[in-house]
Amino acid sequence: MNIVPKHRSGLVLGFLPFALIVAIYLFASAERRAVNPEDKLLPPASEMAETIRRLAAEPDRRTEEIVLWSDTAASLRRLAIGLGFSAFTGLAFGLALGILPVANAALGPLVAVISMVPPMAVLPILFIVFGLGELSKVVLIVFGVTPFLIRDMTLAVANLPREQLIKAQSLGASTWQVALRVVLPQVMPRLIEAVRLSLGPAFLFLISAEAIAADVGLGYRIFLMRRYLAMDVILPYVAWITLLSYVMDYALAQLARRGFPWAYVAEPR
Amino acid sequence: MSAVSIRDVWVEYGDQIVLERINLEIASGSFISLVGPSGAGKSTFLRLILGQEQPTRGVILLDGTPLPPDPGPDRGVVFQRYSVFPHLTVLRNVLIAYEFEASKVLGRLTGTARREAIAKSERLLEGVGLASNRDKYPSALSGGMQQRLAIAQALARRPRLLLLDEPFGALDPGTRAQMHALIVPLWRELDMTVIMVTHDLKEAFALGTRLIVLDRPRLDPQAPGRYGAVVTYDLDLQRAGRGPTLKFSTPLDPSREH
Repeated sequence: MNIVPKHRSGLVLGFLPFALIVAIYLFASAERRAVNPEDKLLPPASEMAETIRRLAAEPDRRTEEIVLWSDTAASLRRLAIGLGFSAFTGLAFGLALGILPVANAALGPLVAVISMVPPMAVLPILFIVFGLGELSKVVLIVFGVTPFLIRDMTLAVANLPREQLIKAQSLGASTWQVALRVVLPQVMPRLIEAVRLSLGPAFLFLISAEAIAADVGLGYRIFLMRRYLAMDVILPYVAWITLLSYVMDYALAQLARRGFPWAYVAEPR
Repeated sequence: MSAVSIRDVWVEYGDQIVLERINLEIASGSFISLVGPSGAGKSTFLRLILGQEQPTRGVILLDGTPLPPDPGPDRGVVFQRYSVFPHLTVLRNVLIAYEFEASKVLGRLTGTARREAIAKSERLLEGVGLASNRDKYPSALSGGMQQRLAIAQALARRPRLLLLDEPFGALDPGTRAQMHALIVPLWRELDMTVIMVTHDLKEAFALGTRLIVLDRPRLDPQAPGRYGAVVTYDLDLQRAGRGPTLKFSTPLDPSREH
């Protein structure tokens, strides 16, 4: 427990499991191909690279759109609208519930109950009410993520030392001014952290909704290709989605550190 | 400057009586040291005057008018911890007091008003010796500097009454002595009435013009919440002579009816 890896050896150590997985895949793929040249389950890297090139560079014959980019754009748009709306709602309600005991008494139990409704169970309702278009997919993300954000923000507000709120009032601040100048800036880093944690669930809801009813999108493509056992499409798509959410997570983490440096001073550098 | 009258104040939480029969006339401009064992209701007493809590019975008058039921700019406060805003720099921690005053909707000042408020804030920071740290965040300050900032912040709105809740309790003895040397001239200069809760008897005697001791003189073992704390000693520390000692003062008769 006292052996701490240095920066470079740490990077190498972190890279090793990835290299191992790739090596095992390549080995298994070659083995299966040797037995059955028509094998579709583990396509070799060369075949996947060719598929990626075709999806990312050549327009589709039917729609004349480049499949990978139109899928990515559609999915990211749904995700951004859904998460953006959720973050805004979560922040607004979280502040109200955290600061105003009356609002908490009135809405707290409702939020607690709604957050227990499994979002996938209401997906049929969303399809019926909002149709099969964009709206139902966005609403699913909002429905799945917002209650968590509201509860997390309420807790973040409640965790602020009571002394600070009293102090602000003794400097003449109204409830509105306390919310705007004392509470809001202090819970912003926590909001970003909560959105980071929500990325996984948001993608889950997005891909589920796209799998069931869509004509474009990353999840739609994966589930479409499943019918043809087209692992050479599915595997790169999964890797692409993983990369996208990793980049978003990293970008949000950087945003929080750059925008709110005072919130991270206690962390060792 | 302001006088506080506390008339027959009781604080009860359900069955539990925390304070009972508190009657005090606090003269304008006095420096009250409030001491007592843990759980004797010192902080409750301070919260009453702050407006954070309401007495169950009795009234508190500030210069003859009943105390408003919420904390307000006429009563400044410094707590032992968490008194400053961690997301604002030293200067902005003081500036925010003026922004609360002048900008009701946005809570922010611009232009000339902002420059004037900054100048006022800087003068206050100079007064507590923090002028060179104006752009640091509180987390970069030592405990003593944070408390000095809290004091500057509390003075920004020129409160008539300054409430200190064990303000120097978390500081080392050297820093504490510096803080004592800081607070007394500020109190004289600004003509405030100060009420300070402390655990440190030496501090209480050194700073205060009057010492008030809260304690629970009666305890019913079958009902520990039955009797609350009362004022057991009330000493005038400005008396000429050698200065009072607890041993020779006469305790107030706790059963006496006021």
